[in-house]
Amino acid sequence: MPSDAYVLAALTTILAVTFALRALPFAVLEPLRGSAFMGFLSRYMPVGIMTILVVYTLKDVSLGTGWHGLPEAIALGVTVGLHVWRHNALLSILGGTAAYVLLVNTVLASAVA
Amino acid sequence: MPDRSSPRPLAAALTDTVSVGVALVPLGVAFGLLVVEAGLSWWWAPLFSVFIYAGSLEFLAIGLVVAATPLASIALATLLVNFRHVFYALSFPLYAVRGRAARTYSMYALTDEAYALAHHIPEAERTTARVVWMQVLCQSYWVLGGIAGALLGEVLPEVPRGMWFALTALFTVLALDAYRHSRDVPSPVLALGSALVALLVAPGEMLVVAMLLFLTALTVRFALRRRPDGRGPDAEEAARA
Repeated sequence: MPSDAYVLAALTTILAVTFALRALPFAVLEPLRGSAFMGFLSRYMPVGIMTILVVYTLKDVSLGTGWHGLPEAIALGVTVGLHVWRHNALLSILGGTAAYVLLVNTVLASAVA
Repeated sequence: MPDRSSPRPLAAALTDTVSVGVALVPLGVAFGLLVVEAGLSWWWAPLFSVFIYAGSLEFLAIGLVVAATPLASIALATLLVNFRHVFYALSFPLYAVRGRAARTYSMYALTDEAYALAHHIPEAERTTARVVWMQVLCQSYWVLGGIAGALLGEVLPEVPRGMWFALTALFTVLALDAYRHSRDVPSPVLALGSALVALLVAPGEMLVVAMLLFLTALTVRFALRRRPDGRGPDAEEAARA
């Protein structure tokens, strides 16, 4: 387990970067507003960043052993299906997570280490 | 100037934030459970939510911190994950917030939810008190949910296995919402490719490598679409513009 000092340093780092990202644009608003590249990024970046984050959260899933990623695939399907159907973020997140927790604690129990 | 002693901005802000509160409290509970499950003490949950206060990044930070990720990598991951906040300044009604302390808090607490909710407040009612109360309430729901979850995690004999999937589900939902906004297939495909390449070449630094690859791919795509004779994915779109 990392030391408290390290965790605090990590949190402070994140605070500084996040605050800079949120506050600096207000100071340098004008050049940003006209930038075509910023407009391009604001449109095409979020969906990609979120896609990368989905893969990142699944990177430790073992495809070669256990259930070969079956519970993750099912729960991902439930999440996507619910969201496309109802457009309700809370329902999709709770439904997908409940499906996964249920699966790995019951029928597909050996799937997680 | 709004009357700060009046309870009305608070009451109005309560109404403003009901929809978000319904989502933030349970997600906060899931976050608190994961903090304890990761082996951190329960009181880290509120500290994360005060220091970081960026829902998705907080979930991510648990894993980064437990893996003792170098601070430079954490800074870079933060920069890339939270980069979208740069665009919020373009239309967030900060002009309605007066006073250095209030403005500083308002910028610090400019989350996705606060950005969305600020636009739901009618233009004429955007006072300092109304906007700041809205943000204070959003953060309160999140912090209290996190404490509740973390304490629950301490009491439970065992946190149910698989809770981590809440994070996957959260990002999946955010990706789908972002897709509904952009209606663009190449971006998620480029991102998926970047993620898989990063997994192969740098599994230890997968997140940052994938995001840099993706940013490079987007920059190339931007350059291609800007070229008059470009044959990039957006050449037709650029030609039309």
